[in-house]
Amino acid sequence: MGSYIPSTGAQREEMLRAVGVPSFEALYADVPQEIRFPELKMGTGRSELEVAAELRAMAAKNHVFSSIFRGAGAYDHYIPSIVKRVTAKEEFVTAYTPYQAEISQGILQSIFEYQTMICELTGMDAANASVYDGATAAAEAAAMCRDRRHSRVLVSAAAHPAVRSTVRTYCEGAGVEVAEVPVRDGRTDLEALQGLLAAGDACFYLQQPNFYGVLEDAAAFGAAVHAAGAKFIMGVDPIAAAALATPAECGADIAVGEGQPLGMPLSFGGPYLGFMACTHELFRKLPGRIVGETTDSRGERCFVLTLQAREQHIRREKASSNICSNEALCAMTAAVYMAAMGPQGMAQAAQLCTSKAHYLASRLGETPGFELAYPKAEFFHEFVTRTPVEPQRLLKALEEQDILGGLPVEDGILWCVTEKNTKEQIDRLVEIAQEVARA
Amino acid sequence: MKLIFEKSVPGRCCALLPACDVPVRPLESRFARKDPPRLPELSEVDLSRHYTALAGRVHGVNDGFYPLGSCTMKYNPALHEELAALPGFAGVHPLQPQHTVQGCLEVLARAEALLCEVTGMEQMTFQPAAGAHGELTGLLLIKAYHRDRGDAARTKIIVPDSAHGTNPASASMAGFEVVNIPSAPDGCVDLEALRAAVGPDTAGLMLTNPNTLGLFDRNILQITRIVHEAGGLNYYDGANLNAVMGVARPGDMGFDVVHLNLHKTFSTPHGGGGPGSGAVGAGALLAPFLPAPRAAAAGGGYAFETPPKSIGTVKAFYGNFLVVVRALAYILTLGGDGLSEASENAVLNANYLKALLAPYAPPACAGVCMHEFVVTLERLKKETGVTALDVAKAMLDCGIHPPTMYFPLIVHEALMFEPTETESKETLDWAAAQITGILRRAAEDPQSLHAAPCTTPVGRPDEVAAARAPKLRYRFDTL
Repeated sequence: MGSYIPSTGAQREEMLRAVGVPSFEALYADVPQEIRFPELKMGTGRSELEVAAELRAMAAKNHVFSSIFRGAGAYDHYIPSIVKRVTAKEEFVTAYTPYQAEISQGILQSIFEYQTMICELTGMDAANASVYDGATAAAEAAAMCRDRRHSRVLVSAAAHPAVRSTVRTYCEGAGVEVAEVPVRDGRTDLEALQGLLAAGDACFYLQQPNFYGVLEDAAAFGAAVHAAGAKFIMGVDPIAAAALATPAECGADIAVGEGQPLGMPLSFGGPYLGFMACTHELFRKLPGRIVGETTDSRGERCFVLTLQAREQHIRREKASSNICSNEALCAMTAAVYMAAMGPQGMAQAAQLCTSKAHYLASRLGETPGFELAYPKAEFFHEFVTRTPVEPQRLLKALEEQDILGGLPVEDGILWCVTEKNTKEQIDRLVEIAQEVARA
Repeated sequence: MKLIFEKSVPGRCCALLPACDVPVRPLESRFARKDPPRLPELSEVDLSRHYTALAGRVHGVNDGFYPLGSCTMKYNPALHEELAALPGFAGVHPLQPQHTVQGCLEVLARAEALLCEVTGMEQMTFQPAAGAHGELTGLLLIKAYHRDRGDAARTKIIVPDSAHGTNPASASMAGFEVVNIPSAPDGCVDLEALRAAVGPDTAGLMLTNPNTLGLFDRNILQITRIVHEAGGLNYYDGANLNAVMGVARPGDMGFDVVHLNLHKTFSTPHGGGGPGSGAVGAGALLAPFLPAPRAAAAGGGYAFETPPKSIGTVKAFYGNFLVVVRALAYILTLGGDGLSEASENAVLNANYLKALLAPYAPPACAGVCMHEFVVTLERLKKETGVTALDVAKAMLDCGIHPPTMYFPLIVHEALMFEPTETESKETLDWAAAQITGILRRAAEDPQSLHAAPCTTPVGRPDEVAAARAPKLRYRFDTL
């Protein structure tokens, strides 16, 4: 039987005697007899060797594609070795939330550095220590904007489907109305938004690039939202953010996003990381942990969890959010990633993504039927093409060649290309697509 | 220690990405940002040393004793990290075709079945990423259930005043009104107060059992019955499940919905504040409302399905999957017999440490405790001026992570210890000697405790200054 209990049988007996009880059972006298010690219908414990083999067998039942052209909220970027090495340090992995600042400076400083990097990436004034993922970050951002006079939440229908549904779930709980702003030609419809905006609106959420990969004219949305007295939330891709006008430049009050592209593996959807940053006016409304700088009893610079008067353990039912555990190790991962890449590496990754995505789009476009679904739109590293054949037929053919193709969407296939996709992989994909189209 | 930005040298970098092998296509300039982000410019050796230095300024479970009450800081097995890093798990895209992710679906389905057996629930979701997220999810299930029955009057959630702060905060987020009821002095539910609080407006009760004073509420069956008879549902906060695995199941206690902290009870590492997993189990009444999607057996394999009355999603994709991989490895290693052995020894270790400390640190309540216990240093403070905070800080100098301080709120000068089952008798003996040494010193030399810690990388931080003039990011212009 597997066990991680170090005390021996003799020691346990000795400890029971010291406690003054005759048996383990006697420790549970307060548990009602009729429910005490149920028989669990599950196997007995096993050795490490056996469990390792069983989990490896499960992992082997999954297919890991050698080339991936699918994004849609989870992106296959290169992860530098140094990122994996330093974030695997046991001290970081096994520590709890840094309540005891004197023995948690390593984690506190890393989060302070992470907060600074997120501010730099987004152009915003303050960031928190992370939330669960991009979708919950959007939901928390919407909650930050609500007050007695502003309640309704507007969301672009070109935002990621999981963001839209998570915002809806959170808002339904709080009894808040959500309205979606429709999409036209792959872009959020600005005129429709202007028609919808009303006095009691709390905020509008725009994703940049949007779910279809299209770049929105974000600043125009910001201006429209502010003219109506609401707050402007932008959800941004952090790699694209290295190249695109910052949320601050576009007038955003809050910038959020899915941090997975910053050094986190695909991991079947998690753990990922939600980043959140905002303007100076709003920082006291940020949910969750925030690290701040101060000095210690010896006058040295040090870091602590701060502004805790906002949080659930102080405010209880009056807290604006219930979050406590977040994704600290993922935030550290993102920080190590950004530090390893540096400003040049981030810009290079962004440029490789854009160049290769446009290369695939133009190569696919050589074959009739694979036209861009939204030809007038600029895109970053994702785009939708129509297909001359049933999308599933093409995707199946790609899968047989160990390629994960794009995601089927309403207007065709949503393709994604990152710096990991080589010209050779892209040409091969195009070749297969041409064969399928001819067949 | 220098910040990473203070180590940056313009022009320095790591060679990570290849040259572009297709025609370079710049973005249309109207979309481009004005200035690049001021990220640090470092070589790989700079990075390695920076983070190694930071790691030296962190106390993890692998560094030493970590009896942080309510947090279940048990040892995190090395095997789990290896398994979570397998390309067959870490390299899988969440939107791959289902026939290419059968192993991932099997992990979710098997972990669900095993955890349902441990908790006495019907079905489980792994979508919530942490305990508080699980609470919100569970409460949204209760809300959807009452709404589905056409009962709009049930707007209140009852929470005892000994509860974790997340309970009332989650209830508010889910749009409920919170009714706080006072606890008995031992943190147990005051049955009369509960009877007075329930009614046709009761949506449910949130309860932690064992409670935050470390006691199993012996009236648990009456408590859940009172709520059920009033038409409400019972929510089990699984923060303290480590005391009762294989000993008592929340479902058998009368709970309708449970959240678990896989990063506590099921030994997945906490990562300095996450990622965790706040899995939510639902009984028969609430299972149809669980978030979508949910992995289930289908046609000899596994497939995602949407529960018939699903509340929707509370997070993108399927939760913190790699955390579930670790928890499954843990459960398979221990098995049913090992889980109850773990709980029994967690309770034994807590009672043993409590007995060793009792002459100097009186327990807040008498009798046997579960996996954690609370002491009160009220008298020590009165007699010597030494506070629970001083004692906690002095423990830092001994290489012990302090217990949870000043919680639960109903005990004055509280310290809450949870040693967990993965500490040996020698460690407990050693820790007790250190702590009683500190408590003896309180009378002889209180000043030395007010000044503690003195061997840590930094001294006590000025938290008031941090909150009064918040500095939440590095300022480049101060160079």
